[in-house]
Amino acid sequence: MKNLLLFFAAILMAYSTYAQNIEVCSTCAISTLKKAISVVKDFDTVLVKKGTYKEHNILIDKPLTIIGENYPVIDGELKGEIITIVSDNVTIDGLFIINVGTSYTEDYAAIRVRKSKNFVIQNLVLEKLFFGIYLEKSRDGKVFHNKIIGDAVEEYNSGNGIQLWYSKNIEIEHNFVQHVRDGIYLEFSDDCLIKNNVSAENLRYGLHFMFSNNDIYQDNLFEKNGAGVAVMFSKKIKMLNNTFKENWGTASYGMLLKEINDAEIRGNTFEENTIGINIEGSNRIVYKNNDFINNGWAIKVRGACYTNSFVENNFLYNSFDISYNSKINDNVFDKNYWTSYTGYDLNKDGIGDVPYRPVKLFSYIVNRTPETIILSRSLFIDIIDFSEKVSPVFTPDNLLDNNPLTKRITW
Amino acid sequence: MLKILKYSFFDLMRSRWSYVYFAFYLLLGIVLLFLNNDLSKAVITLMNVIIVLVPLIGTIFGVMYYYNSKEFTELLLAQPLKRSSIFLGQYLGVAVSLSMSLILGLGIPFVVYGLFKSNAIWDFSLLLITGTFLTLIFTALAFNIALTNENKIKGFGYAILLWLFLAIIYDGLFLMSLILFEDYPLDKLSLIGTMLNPIDLSRTLILLKLDISALLGYTGAVFKKFFGTNFGLIVSFIMLTTWVVLPVLRIIFKSKKKDF
Repeated sequence: MKNLLLFFAAILMAYSTYAQNIEVCSTCAISTLKKAISVVKDFDTVLVKKGTYKEHNILIDKPLTIIGENYPVIDGELKGEIITIVSDNVTIDGLFIINVGTSYTEDYAAIRVRKSKNFVIQNLVLEKLFFGIYLEKSRDGKVFHNKIIGDAVEEYNSGNGIQLWYSKNIEIEHNFVQHVRDGIYLEFSDDCLIKNNVSAENLRYGLHFMFSNNDIYQDNLFEKNGAGVAVMFSKKIKMLNNTFKENWGTASYGMLLKEINDAEIRGNTFEENTIGINIEGSNRIVYKNNDFINNGWAIKVRGACYTNSFVENNFLYNSFDISYNSKINDNVFDKNYWTSYTGYDLNKDGIGDVPYRPVKLFSYIVNRTPETIILSRSLFIDIIDFSEKVSPVFTPDNLLDNNPLTKRITW
Repeated sequence: MLKILKYSFFDLMRSRWSYVYFAFYLLLGIVLLFLNNDLSKAVITLMNVIIVLVPLIGTIFGVMYYYNSKEFTELLLAQPLKRSSIFLGQYLGVAVSLSMSLILGLGIPFVVYGLFKSNAIWDFSLLLITGTFLTLIFTALAFNIALTNENKIKGFGYAILLWLFLAIIYDGLFLMSLILFEDYPLDKLSLIGTMLNPIDLSRTLILLKLDISALLGYTGAVFKKFFGTNFGLIVSFIMLTTWVVLPVLRIIFKSKKKDF
């Protein structure tokens, strides 16, 4: 053990003597980042002291580490892109980057990583941005502990917080993104891990997947976005232990699934969203151990959804539990807890003796004529719901939870 | 008028029905709290009960009281008293005693349970305010029916019909007309339809609290303005007040003209 430690110490010593530190400050010999990058050798460290540096189009074309001390400000003066990384093994740490230029023809970013490997982008604060961190055809990188605060007002002239395009095996952790278009956006990006992020008050989506497969996102919080998370045209995505909260509005969803196959949705909490999960053309998805609390619609099934299974979820105080727009059902509902279940459990095994029908006639009516929502909780509606429950005419008659639980599930 | 109000009020306070009504709410409150163990959930259940039950009891009780105290009313009419003050006094006596049974009956168990320490207090006060408004409205409507109909059986029949219509049938017709005209923009119509029925109006007040996330799912600027802001709350309260004032005015008008 001791030998091993010594060995590492020796390597570290060798490394540190080899790599040099270069300081950048307004009174130093080297007063700009650009100049520092042009003079340093590979694997050197650039130490940026506190101050304001008015620079843009900084090109990092060799492997090096840039560390900011007490958050030096890199001001792009709205002139365009600020930092572009085209080399492997680059680390950027502790900078405060503001004023990225807005363009309608090019996606200017605060930091762009292009065709690079093994990069680390951490502890950055980005403000007044167009695009935040843009990863392009890159792989094996880490985006860690950044704070991105935009001021987006319109979708057409704003950019995304963290964008991945054709990137692979990226870890995005502990970031805080708000007020941009899409908080985190993945396009053609596989094998990424998105963990412990907070994405709030974004114009469009908190997190957005397009044509990205085998990704995992877990323990994130998505709050008050246009729509929480949109997962589209992707396969084998794992969504675990996330929280989706207060995504309110006419086209707002906690989660929007479109053309998703073989995904796993487990342990998530959907709270006070207009629509908890909106599902369209998605097959073979497993929904397990999720909490749906106080949503307008817990789950809205739009059609072409087959062989999905909803098992052991809690549906608590939603205005509508499930909404279907067709009479055909190929999905399985089993062993869920529904607060609106009114059956009994005579043998006391914790499973209700009467099956539960989660689709109400009223949800069918509201689908047809949305204005009728104003009649919800009316005695008349309760009566027609009851008669539909006894003999289903408009709702799928095989859509049943045969083993509704009588107590809330804990896991 | 105050003297008659006082007399009616104490007369009712001594009567069995007030106690039954009070005991019923007390029991309801206790049972709900005992079974739910959750204050805000109990408030939600109560809201559903109140918007149906309060109007029913208000109408029946109002009609019953009027017919029962008819002889006494006739005696009062022989005195040098203003007619409006006799009938208004009686009306307020009934309405106030009913509201008091409601407020105390529900209030006591909730306060004992620890209402002031919970954040359900606003919902609960909204519930009591709505309940009081409904009592005022439906007792006034009941007095109107009783004043117009000499025949007791007819009066009771109309009173029950009125309740049935406003609580259930109205919503059915409303729903049918919404579905019938679904090709047209309906948000204004649906809001006006709600305004015209005090039970629906109270229900929307409750919806604003409970189903706001679902309500915001509908695309319509008028809806959004109504439910998304305090505008809805204010308009609803104005309409509820109008619903009290109009029947009361008719009581005064009718009682002046009526031949006893």
